[in-house]
Amino acid sequence: MFVEEKTSLAEEIELLVKKHGNNRSALLTILHEIQKKHRYISDYAQQEIARHLNIHPVEVYSVISFYSFLNSKPKGRNIVRICQTISCDMKGKESLVKAIERELKIKIGDTTKDNKFTVEFANCLGLCDESPAMSINDRVYTKLTPEKAIKLLNEVK
Amino acid sequence: MNKNKNRQGKVIFSEYLRGDGIKKAISLKREEILLELKTSKLKGRGGAGFPTSTKWMLTAASISDEKYIICNADEGEPGTFKDRVLLVEYPELVMDGMVIAGYTIGAKKGIIYLRGEYEYLLKSLQDYLNEMRKDNLLGKDILGKVGFEFDIEIFLGSGAYVCGEETALIESLEGNRGEARNRPPYPVNTGYNGKPTSVNNVETLATIPHIVLKGAEWFLNVGTDNSSGSKLFSVSGDCAKPGVYELPWGTTINELLNLVEAKNTKAVQIGGASGFCIPKSQFDRKLSYEDISTGGSVIIFNESRNMLKVLKNFMEFFVEESCGQCTPCRIGNVKLLEGVEMIEKGEHTFTYLNKLKDLGKTMQVASKCGLGQSSPNSFISILENFKDEVLNYSNGGNNGRI
Repeated sequence: MFVEEKTSLAEEIELLVKKHGNNRSALLTILHEIQKKHRYISDYAQQEIARHLNIHPVEVYSVISFYSFLNSKPKGRNIVRICQTISCDMKGKESLVKAIERELKIKIGDTTKDNKFTVEFANCLGLCDESPAMSINDRVYTKLTPEKAIKLLNEVK
Repeated sequence: MNKNKNRQGKVIFSEYLRGDGIKKAISLKREEILLELKTSKLKGRGGAGFPTSTKWMLTAASISDEKYIICNADEGEPGTFKDRVLLVEYPELVMDGMVIAGYTIGAKKGIIYLRGEYEYLLKSLQDYLNEMRKDNLLGKDILGKVGFEFDIEIFLGSGAYVCGEETALIESLEGNRGEARNRPPYPVNTGYNGKPTSVNNVETLATIPHIVLKGAEWFLNVGTDNSSGSKLFSVSGDCAKPGVYELPWGTTINELLNLVEAKNTKAVQIGGASGFCIPKSQFDRKLSYEDISTGGSVIIFNESRNMLKVLKNFMEFFVEESCGQCTPCRIGNVKLLEGVEMIEKGEHTFTYLNKLKDLGKTMQVASKCGLGQSSPNSFISILENFKDEVLNYSNGGNNGRI
């Protein structure tokens, strides 16, 4: 990592701590914002956050590792989540998965070579009445067919 | 997602104007509201069914400089989406319910714990809160009631099912892993940041303004003796009209299936993955606290569905979502899933399956929180109620029958 990058990330964290406070209950909100912007929380970011919140860096890591929406390793620029829970499973989740795997030439859980997509499963997106459902970043799409799903992926920049 | 306000219902989906419940509440004494709630026999709508008035009375009675009211919008149970509908279409009910709760228990701050999967609702909810602030429904001296101060903030979860459990939710709010706490102490006296906290389901809060406005007697007219009022049911699976329905407690499964136009139904999963799988022979049972108690998830399976596959999906869910803190849940769910896979491959023995059922019963009593206590429900109920079908795979295609 370049020194300039470090500095800008450090500044960003400082601002977030200023905004949300330096007590432990601000931790998840800060992690969430870093994750949203950088798509992962680097070791350096973890150390900086820990320093500001006056906790051990491994405490930060333990929290990141617990939650499925936080990660300490980089992912693709766009996160695609396919709901794998029962109602979506019954309404054709499997065919969505197959179509997406074929189209992007990856297996579920992986990131495409150009780093554009990471595709993973999600547990119940709460859209069971409009299944099957999938999310791309923070938008959700319902009543999908494999064809519609691919069209949506193609529209992503 | 469109706003569909043509919904029909006797309580939640009945007419309501933003702020009306708050207006009525601040004209009453706190004790009067608590008594009204007690008379109404309202129970928590998240699934556990704890009397709301008791929870509020204990929080109200705790002496502290700070108290909190938390709206549990970490709706993660497979097959439930009623809270999403309430937050999108009826935010006035949820928010007014929180303000009334704040007034009643003496809290100045409310927190909505919104599940990470619902991040797309965040913006509209925040806009809604800003409108309330403009109209003095939040902030200081609310609607002219001197000294009554209350505000709401939204906290976004990060994709952990277990955080729907109230003490895990509080851990998460405090910046920790979402691991359930030992109880006692209960959140009503030692909750968020060690302060008295009442954690209520979205639907429970949405019911409150109606009860405060129209009275306990009105509410008692709906439902059964021990299950007062109505319930929102999230219906999905094999039916023509999936969606959210408000029905009085005491509605039978058959009545619900007719309403949503389900055909050739073989089984209904009530209460999501952690609930029970009910076979056709029991479709005359009532949805109520005294018969089949539920948080409202209803998943319908028709004749074409393979119940073993359904069970496998549920067990995979629990293996992923167990927080790993206590052994019965962490190891137990893995063992139950292995059992399902053994049946799938025809490698099971009856002796071992009986042992697994016993393991399930052990998990129900030995797990630390509701996740592990309820995750064996599907395993036990599907293996018992659909024995012939499930064991068909490895017993010569007809389970030994001609």
